[in-house]
Amino acid sequence: MHLMYFTEQPMSAYDEKAGLDFGATALMFSNRHFDPVAGSRLYNEYLEHYRLAEEVGFDGIMLNEHHNAPFCMQAKCNVFASILAATTKRVKLVLLGNPLPLADNPVRLAEELAMIDMVSRGRLVSGFVRGGGQEQLAAGVNPAYNRERFEEAHGLIIKAWTQTGPFRWEGAHYQHRVVNPWAVPLQTPHPRVWIPGVLSKETIIWAAKQRYPYIALSTEIQATKKIWELYDKVAQETGYAGGPEYRGYLQRCHVAETEEKAMANAKQFMWMQGEFTGLAHPVWSSPSGYFSPSYRTAFVEYAVGRRSNPRGASFGDQIQNQQIVAGTPKTVIPKLRRLLEETRPSIMGFWASDGFVSNEDTKTCIRLLGQEVLPALRDIGKELGLWSPFEANAPTSIHFSEPARPKEPR
Amino acid sequence: MSPPPVAWRTETVPVAGIGLHLAHAGSGPSVLVLHHDIGRPEPSPFDDAIARACSVLAPSHPGYDRSSRPDWMRSVRDVAVVYQWLLGERDLTRDLTLVGLGFGGWIAAEMATMAPRAFERLVLVGAMGIKPERGEIADQALLSYIDYVRRGFADTRAFDRLFGAEPPTSVLEQWDLNREMTFRIAWKPYMYNPTLPYLLGGVATPALIVWGRDDRIVPLECGERYAKTLPHARLEIVDGAGHFVDMEQPDELARLVTRFITEG
Repeated sequence: MHLMYFTEQPMSAYDEKAGLDFGATALMFSNRHFDPVAGSRLYNEYLEHYRLAEEVGFDGIMLNEHHNAPFCMQAKCNVFASILAATTKRVKLVLLGNPLPLADNPVRLAEELAMIDMVSRGRLVSGFVRGGGQEQLAAGVNPAYNRERFEEAHGLIIKAWTQTGPFRWEGAHYQHRVVNPWAVPLQTPHPRVWIPGVLSKETIIWAAKQRYPYIALSTEIQATKKIWELYDKVAQETGYAGGPEYRGYLQRCHVAETEEKAMANAKQFMWMQGEFTGLAHPVWSSPSGYFSPSYRTAFVEYAVGRRSNPRGASFGDQIQNQQIVAGTPKTVIPKLRRLLEETRPSIMGFWASDGFVSNEDTKTCIRLLGQEVLPALRDIGKELGLWSPFEANAPTSIHFSEPARPKEPR
Repeated sequence: MSPPPVAWRTETVPVAGIGLHLAHAGSGPSVLVLHHDIGRPEPSPFDDAIARACSVLAPSHPGYDRSSRPDWMRSVRDVAVVYQWLLGERDLTRDLTLVGLGFGGWIAAEMATMAPRAFERLVLVGAMGIKPERGEIADQALLSYIDYVRRGFADTRAFDRLFGAEPPTSVLEQWDLNREMTFRIAWKPYMYNPTLPYLLGGVATPALIVWGRDDRIVPLECGERYAKTLPHARLEIVDGAGHFVDMEQPDELARLVTRFITEG
């Protein structure tokens, strides 16, 4: 198993009432509510948490980014990945990921990621995402070409990593006279690519065709099983067998010394889901052309308030269906076993706390996860044969059958 | 007594690989009516009123309503060229009046700059295409389908009358498809072409610029600039109308347009 620590990096230090009054805490919710003094403190606390996660035994640190919203302070995952590349020793730096369509120059991303890979001595896993709906608006990027830009930028980055330059790129959305970045990744053939997602079938199919692991972001168990059915079907059509090494899952999981405390802190997972402050704005989160055409009716109805957020469910329901797991190590392990038995992922992200959970409680949670939960999960993983892509020496992609490894000195 | 119904004929013709949906009706001077960004699935009372005095050709823009989507299309100028192609092929350009409504007005203005002496007359109604100097063009990317269209009326009871206070989901889905096509060709800069003002000066065509007094989508200053920049233009302001003058004051707009077409 590959066990990762994750936080959304919530910026909870703002006037909640202002968010409620405005009716959304996204895109147009004014950044006058951002307090850089609190921001400075929180960024440094999050760095402390990441280092603690390495210390207590996590295999990886999962990073992401979002824009113009307090639920995630991380505006550039490559910045934190750069810091962690230099300040951690062992953990994989798993970026899930860089939003490719937002990039006007993917070659620049290829360079940044190559630098992170070299500084970390080959510990980079470079996931890619489409970016949220409102992020297309925040970046001024056309939502109607989101998927086209994603696929083209991906192709350009992989080519920049695997073929020597200079070469020319004349695509539909990117044109480069000269692609010849001086920095290239330490890992060969190139750093592993994992693709996270939550809803779009197109992304699952695309990941399976590339033979990239897909990371299901906190989906409900039955929905997760459907994802693997689809992934495995496409894998088979593509000419390989799906399995645990292609399956990842991000689990909201808060652990404390007592059930009561764990449950109280776990309620903070609802903070970014809208119960306390409102998260998404239905129009900004689903601009025309961004979402999958097969969900057009659902998103159109959501945008005008005729349907609730397709992603939303109550706290009670999410505890019941295990989208949120909370308790003492003793009570969460059987629940996580159920998840592993039913959906068989080899990559697990632990989204350990959110919202207003205190610095001390978050550190306790990380410690308890590392000392008590992770060892139990490793045993279960062995028992169930859940070998991670690293353990299974899985191919880097459909185009490169060898596993990604740091290059040896010449 | 309501006027007699207008008989519309429809056809789909291939232009630039697009299945272009056309509706025509009436006889008399030729008029090409170019619709708004929200589309026009069926001929409107304004179209009917024009068709009672003129021969009207009313296409659905490429990728809107019943016209197929050209995946290659990237700009409003591309749309303008497609229409030039259509008109040229059917030998319709001479003696033709272009009537552009809102977004369709931008297309019409681009067409006029491409063929500055070809058309008989040009009518721009609340036209996009020029960047306002003071205000902003309302950005539908930030507004719900319903809020955006409501904003285009001076009196939102007119919206309720036309679409219902809560338009059915099927209407919203069509607005979404049309909005997606608008994004594909007019995302950035949003709803204007920075080079257009420099090219309007060559347009010899007589032009009528019409603006709803309460247009909250495209500021009136844009109408004033069109009227100033086009060499042979005058501006008419319609009271009791917002951006969708054709929907809110169809008879008044039809009267202005037909008088402009028939005057010496």
